[in-house]
Amino acid sequence: MIFLKLILTNLGRHRIRTLISVAGIAFSVAAMLTVVTILQGAVGMFSGLLSADSQILVFERNVSDLFFSSVPDAAVKDIQGWSMVQHANPVLFGVVSSLDHPIITCFGVTPEDARIHDAAWLAGTRSEFGTGANQVVLGERAAEFLNAKVGSKVSIGHGVFSVIGIIRTKNGFEDGGVFMPLRSAQNFFHKEGTSSVLTVKLKSRNDQAAFKSQVKQRYPALIALQDQEFDRSYSQFRILKATAWAVGACGLLLGGLGVANTMIMSVFTRIREIAILRVNGFSNGQIAAMIFGESGVVSLIGTVAGLLIGAAAIVALKLIPALHGYVDADIQPLVVVAVVFLACLTGIAGGLYPAFYAMRIRAVEALRFE
Amino acid sequence: MSNCVLTPALKKTAVVVSAEDVWKSYDDETIQVLNGVDFEARAGQTVALCGPSGCGKSTLLHLLGGLDHPTRGRVTVNGKPVGDGQGSLHLLRHEVGFVFQLHNLIADLTLEENCLIPTVAAGTSRSVALERLRQLTERTGLTHRLKHRIQKLSGGERQRTALCRALMNRPRILLADEPTGSLDERTSRQIFDLLLELVATEGITLIMATHDHGLAQKCDRLVEMRDGRICESSLT
Ligand SMILES: Nc1ncnc2c1ncn2[C@@H]1O[C@H](COP(=O)(O)OP(=O)(O)O)[C@@H](O)[C@H]1O
Ligand SMILES: [Mg+2]
Repeated sequence: MIFLKLILTNLGRHRIRTLISVAGIAFSVAAMLTVVTILQGAVGMFSGLLSADSQILVFERNVSDLFFSSVPDAAVKDIQGWSMVQHANPVLFGVVSSLDHPIITCFGVTPEDARIHDAAWLAGTRSEFGTGANQVVLGERAAEFLNAKVGSKVSIGHGVFSVIGIIRTKNGFEDGGVFMPLRSAQNFFHKEGTSSVLTVKLKSRNDQAAFKSQVKQRYPALIALQDQEFDRSYSQFRILKATAWAVGACGLLLGGLGVANTMIMSVFTRIREIAILRVNGFSNGQIAAMIFGESGVVSLIGTVAGLLIGAAAIVALKLIPALHGYVDADIQPLVVVAVVFLACLTGIAGGLYPAFYAMRIRAVEALRFE
Repeated sequence: MSNCVLTPALKKTAVVVSAEDVWKSYDDETIQVLNGVDFEARAGQTVALCGPSGCGKSTLLHLLGGLDHPTRGRVTVNGKPVGDGQGSLHLLRHEVGFVFQLHNLIADLTLEENCLIPTVAAGTSRSVALERLRQLTERTGLTHRLKHRIQKLSGGERQRTALCRALMNRPRILLADEPTGSLDERTSRQIFDLLLELVATEGITLIMATHDHGLAQKCDRLVEMRDGRICESSLT
């Protein structure tokens, strides 16, 4: 009781200072939560999109970005014919822009592709896909933000296309995308005869190793990875994840410095009070506990505020139409736990030096000067 | 509480505090503060430490209470040598109480909260602590002030609060460093009489630094210090 009172009284003495360090923690927690959550959502969506009804991804070895990967049609044909393969679907990725939307992902696919095959067709029919020229199918959100219906003409990039269908997919990324028959996409992006990736499903999971080694043997320029391997090794994901955590960590580092600064000031301006506590029988442990209690309260309030701000920011981002399909992330409990853990660590670290300093205050010397 | 005014000065009660050939210097012996002090106080005695400012009274009190350690020599309290760490923690929590010239209370806490601090340190249960506080505030006439912040109290009330706080854990020894030095003369007398009455009823040993000879005369013993030495010790 008195212990808590000592902590709170001191925080209350310097409200602005306390508020600033609470805000420091809050903003860094919010930033970390938002960045990591959105990123996880994006990575999850992207890898979900690649792995639609497949287990293995074949693409060009040593490319940093799948947009630059090219798998020749000849290889596609060959692999499709392998006995262990149930199906293998080529996909060409491209980025197009329309008037208000600078980045729309375009998927060049075949009608057999699971993306087209398993989607819910809100308008139009699958059988028309790939039958005529300059035709596209839109994801639900893309249709929404392009303001298009079946039969409308949309101008995308340097071309004008007629919309023959609108589909709803499980993946937010795809929902914001444009689908073209593979051939048209190859022409449109001037990538005749190639796809970006080949998504493969094998007849038996046991053949995975054999499949991979066969790809390696026959197509040294290509690489085949299982979905999980891909998530782990795709350099874009790795860069993104590392960036997200680094941004978060920097934020927390700044927040922690704020707490440390507050706590150091708090100890320096209270040397006499700490000396009094000492004379009245406070042990080193009790004094340290008081300092950590203070930094703990600051971090706790900051963390709670930060989680609220972060959650609000994610909701707000989802509401921005331009980001539809790209921010489709739910806050993962594990991320919350990690962020809270890091924030606690920050609180403790921020109290470390101040507590050490406070423990070394000698009552006699402190009480002598006035 | 038995009202045991036994004029302990005249009885040979047990020695509770002693300093044997105690030396204290600062800055690598360049500042010599205590130069071989021999001192003892017996249970229930009231001892006045007199002497000019700077002669080492405060320093000696700090050593006796375990707040500081002698460069050379030995200090014992209740037969146990005063050392570092755990030993002096026990000393401060249970065996000695300190009162200073400045009240050294935490201004924005209430009287009650200030007085409970030593009991929190010692881990005393709250109910026991509150009962003790009730008893002490009754005797010092502060009951109506319990929930007031220190800022709102007068100088005399503050010093009485400091006295209560020092006695919360029922120490057997009270070390007072010019406890009335910052008060006007009338209040000073009142507080000092109250202090004497309290230590008498509880049988506490009082060692008080003062340069007020009027106050010193009221103690059982008077010890004169000069230049870090004890030069005279007499019964009053
Ligand atoms: N930490 C210290 N460093 C150097 N000198 C000190 C220190 N503490 C006390 N002194 C010196 O010790 C002497 C005795 O001080 P003190 O015990 O407070 O005297 P008194 O209480 O009798 O006035 C003084 O001259 C003071 O300056
Ligand atoms: Mg002094």
